[in-house]
Amino acid sequence: MNAKAPFAALQDPRLNRPEPFTPRDGGFFQRDRSIHPPAHAPGYKSSVLRSPRQALLSLENSVSEITGPVFGHNDLGPLDNDLIRNYAKDGDPVGERIIVHGHVLDETGRGVPNTLVEFWQANAGGRYRHKKDTYLAPIDPNFGGCGRALTDDTGYYYFRTVKPGPYPWRNYVNSWRPAHIHFSVFGSGFAQRLITQMYFEGDPLIPVCPILTTIPDKDALDRLVAPLDLNASTPFDSLAYRFDIVLRGQRSTYFENRSEGN
Amino acid sequence: MPQPLNYLKETASQTAGPYVHIGLIPAMAGFDIFEKNFSNVLVTPNTKGERITLEGRVLDGTGTPLRDVLLEIWQANAAGRYNHAADRSAGALEQEFRGWGRAGSDFDSGLVTFETIKPGAIIDKAGRKCAPHVNVWIVARGINIGLNTRLYFSDEEAANAADPVLNLVEPPVRRKTLVATRSERAGKVVYAFTINLQGPEETVFFDV
Repeated sequence: MNAKAPFAALQDPRLNRPEPFTPRDGGFFQRDRSIHPPAHAPGYKSSVLRSPRQALLSLENSVSEITGPVFGHNDLGPLDNDLIRNYAKDGDPVGERIIVHGHVLDETGRGVPNTLVEFWQANAGGRYRHKKDTYLAPIDPNFGGCGRALTDDTGYYYFRTVKPGPYPWRNYVNSWRPAHIHFSVFGSGFAQRLITQMYFEGDPLIPVCPILTTIPDKDALDRLVAPLDLNASTPFDSLAYRFDIVLRGQRSTYFENRSEGN
Repeated sequence: MPQPLNYLKETASQTAGPYVHIGLIPAMAGFDIFEKNFSNVLVTPNTKGERITLEGRVLDGTGTPLRDVLLEIWQANAAGRYNHAADRSAGALEQEFRGWGRAGSDFDSGLVTFETIKPGAIIDKAGRKCAPHVNVWIVARGINIGLNTRLYFSDEEAANAADPVLNLVEPPVRRKTLVATRSERAGKVVYAFTINLQGPEETVFFDV
């Protein structure tokens, strides 16, 4: 096998694929802040000095908010969505091989096509390849811990990696992060910009995590937990987890010469 | 029971954490992995417009600079046109100028810099002229959901005074928190900004 070849593309396994996407150009739906963590969440101590205290000023979306950067395949390399190979020096990284896949959707259920999804994580032992991480678990010489992908025309993305390990951090003296993968997503307008974290079904650290429990809404928290997806696993190779990401929906506005459809 | 609306719910935000550089600026984390990287330099030699450096810090509630913060900016080109299909204004598009960049703060000083051009004034959908500005998005450890703000330019006093967004800011004394200060240094134009997360000078943040 050519070590530089991308791993085989997954088939979008969903019976009901998301609706086709047609650009809209109205404002985004008002963000429902009751499902997001509040800026000031004292159980997550770092938020105390870093949380604005004044009310946010609500802006009716202008062209500055409904537009956003556009990325293309020219921005990416062929191994960018393969964390098992994209930093391998003399073998594969240590850990449970997994595929993570899903759709980027908007609140109306449409797939968000051609949008950039970036992801980063600790290695299987819970150590980040970062000069500021000093956890005693070892660096894996064959694992970088980051990747990125563009969604296809239905909003589908996938990547391959190893399952990250949990790790301790300084909040309380015995605070541990559940295994997680960080996600950064763009959408079509800058007001959709989102960073979040994906967790794994069955992780006992989920209910005691001071960062996860900043989320005030139980259902919103559950939606960050990716279920095992045996149907998408590769027999004798990798398990799979499914993680759909929902960005804000967008209204239509009607311009004089494009009143048909939206 | 009325019929259900069946909208999906937005995915909840989570902090970018202290190691955000791994995924978004791996060189700052201390390694080289991608063939192509995003950066804080928005300009190419062909970009039209006045070259400027945006330079600033993000301060916490004690006035201490954040040294693990990541900023992204999104802006129009010198003609006031965003490089996106939803901008139907008349200004000339420059395919090479994406209008977007990202920067991590220096691990020692907390300084954040962007090399870009000064954007032109834009026309909003209501046909109103908006003062030149750069849209800013801020994430870091301790920031649970990305913060949106804007940078306006100190030498655009008349345009700023007429800007429909700046005019929404009450009390007016807070408007200055959105204005970057122009100076020249070694022949380069620098706009300096400070983003205060808390305190009497707290920056205006937007719910966009």
